[in-house]
Amino acid sequence: MNRRTIIGLAASAMMLGTSCIPSFAEDPIKIGAVVELSGGGAVAGTNYRDGAMLAAKEINASGGVLGRQLEVTQYDTATDPQTSRALVQKAIDEGAYAIWGTVYSSSTIVNMMVAQQAGVPQITGSEAPNITAQGNPYIFRSSYGAQKGVPALTAYFKDTLGAKKVAVAWVNNEFGKGGHDVFIEEMKKAGIEVAADIPSEAGAADFASDVARIKDSGADAVFVYLHEEESARFLREAHKQAIPQPLVGEVTLTGQKVIELAGEAANGAVAHVGLTADAPLETFQNFGKAFEAEYGRTADHNAIKGYVSAYMLKYGTEKAGEVDREKFINTMHGLCLTAEEAPGLLLDTCWDDAGEMSRASFIMEVKDGKQVVTGTVPAN
Amino acid sequence: MEQFLQVLLSGLATGSIYALAAIGFTLVWQAAQTVNFAQGEFVMVPAFFVLVAMNMGMPFWLAMIIAMLVSVFLLGYLFKRAIVEPMQRQGHGNSLSLIIVTMALAILLKESVKEFYGAEAQPYPALMSSETWNIGGAIISVTDVLHLVISLGVVLLLTLFLDRTRTGRAMQATAQNPGVAEILGVDTNRMILYTFLINAALASLASFLITPVYLAKFSNGEYLGLIAFIAAIVGGFNQIRGALAGGLLIGVLDNMVATYLTAEYRAAIPLLLLIVVILFKPEGLLGTSEGRSV
Repeated sequence: MNRRTIIGLAASAMMLGTSCIPSFAEDPIKIGAVVELSGGGAVAGTNYRDGAMLAAKEINASGGVLGRQLEVTQYDTATDPQTSRALVQKAIDEGAYAIWGTVYSSSTIVNMMVAQQAGVPQITGSEAPNITAQGNPYIFRSSYGAQKGVPALTAYFKDTLGAKKVAVAWVNNEFGKGGHDVFIEEMKKAGIEVAADIPSEAGAADFASDVARIKDSGADAVFVYLHEEESARFLREAHKQAIPQPLVGEVTLTGQKVIELAGEAANGAVAHVGLTADAPLETFQNFGKAFEAEYGRTADHNAIKGYVSAYMLKYGTEKAGEVDREKFINTMHGLCLTAEEAPGLLLDTCWDDAGEMSRASFIMEVKDGKQVVTGTVPAN
Repeated sequence: MEQFLQVLLSGLATGSIYALAAIGFTLVWQAAQTVNFAQGEFVMVPAFFVLVAMNMGMPFWLAMIIAMLVSVFLLGYLFKRAIVEPMQRQGHGNSLSLIIVTMALAILLKESVKEFYGAEAQPYPALMSSETWNIGGAIISVTDVLHLVISLGVVLLLTLFLDRTRTGRAMQATAQNPGVAEILGVDTNRMILYTFLINAALASLASFLITPVYLAKFSNGEYLGLIAFIAAIVGGFNQIRGALAGGLLIGVLDNMVATYLTAEYRAAIPLLLLIVVILFKPEGLLGTSEGRSV
């Protein structure tokens, strides 16, 4: 074997070796962010998207996921469930490894079946209880469902407020119905009478009759379960009609956007919040600062959901050891991560076999136009 | 009784805004014999002109004046000159084509605002203080009263203008029979332009009144346009006072139904009312029958 042959063989071996390295090793990991960027859910979806994009930027800057960069494509559902279904399919057709979104439960309940059929993991910001009750192994929450959040308020209504009768104002869609049903069940168990039960449509602007009915219902307190913009309109009308009952919500009622829109009418509103940039923890406050520096506005709970969604994908994939959808979902089921080992999750967090999340949460009150943490609720 | 009064007053305040938007439908119908399906967006857009002007450092009152002038130019003058007139010159003025063009315009305005200002609702300053009055146990805000007073005032002034001034009578003559009006020396083109300018000014006014309640959002025009359209039909499409009656009726009925019958189906009430009126009084509650050759 002469020198020329050896060099030739070596070169061939090198070329062969190079060709044997999987060509996708350096390819970016494609993610489909299917979110509500317009329509009634634009506030929630935009914040979720921005939180997720901030996390993706941080992840990519720190070397990506298993050495691969995240390539996020955004799809606007226009807050329409059928559009969201088509867009999840489009994202999958375009090679998405996983789906982030949607935030609105009425969309997620429709589009999660598409991701399930394609075997694509989906990390949602939705909170309707039935999302994780469908036996879909590909769905994971980035915040806990209403069936975990709403019961945390029972003690507040019963012990802190001493309520014997309550009124409920809720949005008549998948999100609202889920929270409403859990709340009614919880009140029944606690022996509290529901004096007024008032649904409204998503996007409703006129809450005069709702507030008038609640005012006259004899309720000691009001549970408000509406989306952000409707919450703001409700609070303004309640303020106008000088409603005497305390207004208590789950997550949205004390959101930053609600405070911005409702102005002084938001003062005094109380909510149980799983995710808040004002939580008295360094991880949350660091996130809040980073978000504000990036977008020039304060992060709300949906922004945190988006941020957590992106990091769930990173930690889950890294724990799985490779970019493999089946390995990812198997790893995520039953996974518990501490904030120390997974700072992007902001809190110690666990997922059960249904993709439901467990973590500590907070009771917030709006004081002088600012969210103030008034209590902590342990993980349930 | 307190609850009834509260709901009645709130319904009248909301209905008065619907009425202001509905008047626009009747004006454009009388001037151009067409339905402007961008009317809801005409009410949505001026609020954003106010926000842009305020972001440029102008005080709220000046921002409103600027916004109204810009709206009158863009949504009145330019709408007439750039869209309605060319369509009419090509013989599409009285056909479905112009209606479809207004639908396209509605989408263009909505999407432009979304692109330019974002999809999120924006806070918008109230025209008046948040002071409230207690009337027989019902709480009504100064803003609610202002809505009602402005709507009634606009209808009164507009009726007086159309009935008692030379220009107003010329505008009416143009609306009734442009050919004869022209023979009698009326500058019909100018009269039609005046109608479009008045419509844009009223839409701006409705925008300034309703946005503090609805919040500034690109999609506000969808619901508002639909309700105002229904209010105009219910009241009488060819009568300004009909638009007022239709708006107030829908505002009150919507609130009464939500309080005493069903909150779940309140959105269906305006549509039911529309069906009933079309079946039994197609000219509207205060409208007059019009004969047209086909």
